[in-house]
Amino acid sequence: MSTNSFGEYGGQYVPEALMPAIEELTDAYERYVRENEAGFIDEFRQRIRDFGGRPTPLERAEQLSQRYGTDVYLKREDLLHGGAHKLNNALGQVLLAKYMGKDRIIAETGAGQHGTATAMAAAHLDMPCEIYMGKTDIGRQRPNVFRMRTNGAEVNAVTTGRGTLKEAISETMRDWARTVENTHYVIGSVVGPHPFPSMVRDFHALISEEARDQTREQVGRLPDAVLACAGGGSNTMGTFHHFLEDDVDLYAVEAGGSSLSVDEAAGVAPNSASLSTGEEGVLHGSRTKVLQDSHGQIMESHSVSAGLDYAGVGPELAHLVDEGRVQAVNVDDVAALEAFHRLSQLEGVIPALETAHAFGYLEQEQDTLGDLVLVNVSGRGDKDLETVLEETRERDLSIAPDMEIFREVAGGSL
Amino acid sequence: MSLSEAFSREPAFVPYLAAGDPSFEASLAYVEALARGGADAIELGLPFSEPIAEGPTIQEAIVRSLEAGMTPERFFEFVEALDVEVPLVCMTYYNLVYQYGDGDGPRPFVQRAAAAGIAGFVIPDLPAEEAGPLRRACDEFGLDLVFIVAPTTRGERLERMQEYVSGYVYVQARLGTTGARDEVSDHTEESLARIADWEVPKAVGFGIKTGDHAQRIVSAGADGIIVGSALVDIVAQGHAADEDTATVADRLEAKARELKEGALTGARAVQ
Ligand SMILES: Cc1ncc(COP(=O)(O)O)c(C=O)c1O
Repeated sequence: MSTNSFGEYGGQYVPEALMPAIEELTDAYERYVRENEAGFIDEFRQRIRDFGGRPTPLERAEQLSQRYGTDVYLKREDLLHGGAHKLNNALGQVLLAKYMGKDRIIAETGAGQHGTATAMAAAHLDMPCEIYMGKTDIGRQRPNVFRMRTNGAEVNAVTTGRGTLKEAISETMRDWARTVENTHYVIGSVVGPHPFPSMVRDFHALISEEARDQTREQVGRLPDAVLACAGGGSNTMGTFHHFLEDDVDLYAVEAGGSSLSVDEAAGVAPNSASLSTGEEGVLHGSRTKVLQDSHGQIMESHSVSAGLDYAGVGPELAHLVDEGRVQAVNVDDVAALEAFHRLSQLEGVIPALETAHAFGYLEQEQDTLGDLVLVNVSGRGDKDLETVLEETRERDLSIAPDMEIFREVAGGSL
Repeated sequence: MSLSEAFSREPAFVPYLAAGDPSFEASLAYVEALARGGADAIELGLPFSEPIAEGPTIQEAIVRSLEAGMTPERFFEFVEALDVEVPLVCMTYYNLVYQYGDGDGPRPFVQRAAAAGIAGFVIPDLPAEEAGPLRRACDEFGLDLVFIVAPTTRGERLERMQEYVSGYVYVQARLGTTGARDEVSDHTEESLARIADWEVPKAVGFGIKTGDHAQRIVSAGADGIIVGSALVDIVAQGHAADEDTATVADRLEAKARELKEGALTGARAVQ
């Protein structure tokens, strides 16, 4: 078996044409990222501070703390430039591509946050950039399409399958197989063949490096529980990494979608809970937990949040769940939508729909998480406002604000 | 007949079709037409939902086949129902191989494939690094494991692959995904030169579309040619135009003859 593994997960299941580039990347990762050759990490830290705005704050959530009778702290990755944790990885990889002498960047995106972060990093570092995005996601994350185009990136629509993150990753891999000699693929989560899962985790580990110090400074101790939403698992691994050796409970909150069941005949799982319900398999270059049918065909996943809507998950996270170090939990679409409004109303923080899942779990399990809970606010929710208002109206959720104002002014819809 | 025997007399023509595209019955007729047209071995695609190495033509074939109900078990029934003499190679992705049977890694899939009469495998998302378990299962059941040499494969990677490969080596003529092209890639000669001393036959694929391409590739030193998308295109057009199976099968047989003829002409040029 391959040596590049987390327990039985991980590996490098990719076409031969990509393997030399992956070996080259592994070498660059070891030298520049792990060993700070040529001062790579120094430059990365300086840029993520000056361009990105790190460190991000740790904030005590006063209303939530009162509501739950527990100290709730927010790690504010939504305040990172671009509005999500994604820039940590995107800036790291685009900079690495520069050190490697590559002259073109490609990336996939689901929610558009990774595409946006990559487009920003590429503009910042003067690299041409192309983003692949599924047609469904283009429709439900329009603001991010505008942002990518405005930063000068090409956006290519992927029309295969359901047109979400899974298809976008496959299509980016196809581009890479054609252009591998001069192009770097900035993968957007802790997924894909080695070294991506480790490398993406390392760039995001800044989150827990800061959060661990900040809780000790501000509260005088470590949290009892740390919560992060999990799609591919990059904000999750970044938030957990420096707590792994501590006596801290770690919860990866997945999208339960509309149901945890699967429709084998239609090839659809109406959720994205690969950690909770997936089976070991091989997808997009690594062995991990995957939503698949009994033959091994990959299922179409579903979540109201585009960024969690994926049939796989990072191999290290799958391993940590099997080991019992991380708890895989999930909340459904409705709980996430309600949490979106709750955080917006109680704390003045409009979270990404992805992030809202972590707060949905906090609401459900408030009594069992201990006295000091840290939640990673992986991103802000401006991109989701259209979707959320529409989905909330369809479900008639009482927590949502009404939008009568539009009708009053223009007689328009909403 | 073994795969290496299929290459032993003259340059081999190895066509690819996605099994079950656009239906089980029509696809049987198409594969048999290719055999009549001169195929020396046939690559049969077992469709996987995430075919990351395929271009649009074969992606669409895979969708048609899956929608018509193809599964690994149906695939083995397909192989058993085929009336052809030449060796058959199963081309698929690793997850289907790995999931089949009782959770014993790739072994149950290989055992079932051997029973159905499959001679070997091409698994585009399985580089030599990850191929140990499948290689051992193939050895146990006497099947070949074909590897793809890419234009970017060099040095140590070539050596590792040479240790594992059997049947034939698939020389990828160009970077990128599968798909028919109008030009022959100039990577071909360079790639063939890098593996000139390998004992296994060398078959070139990716982008071959005409008898003329076939001729040039064989005269550049290839032992065989692999043609997929140009044939899948014929299936797709027949399906789109709602033509009957026999008409499409005749067209495939004629295309097969053209490609085989091209390969033979190329071989005469070398002599
Ligand atoms: C704000 C936000 N959080 C979380 C995610 C999920 O990704 P991951 O699980 O890799 O953190 C996304 C993905 O787009 C996102 O935009």
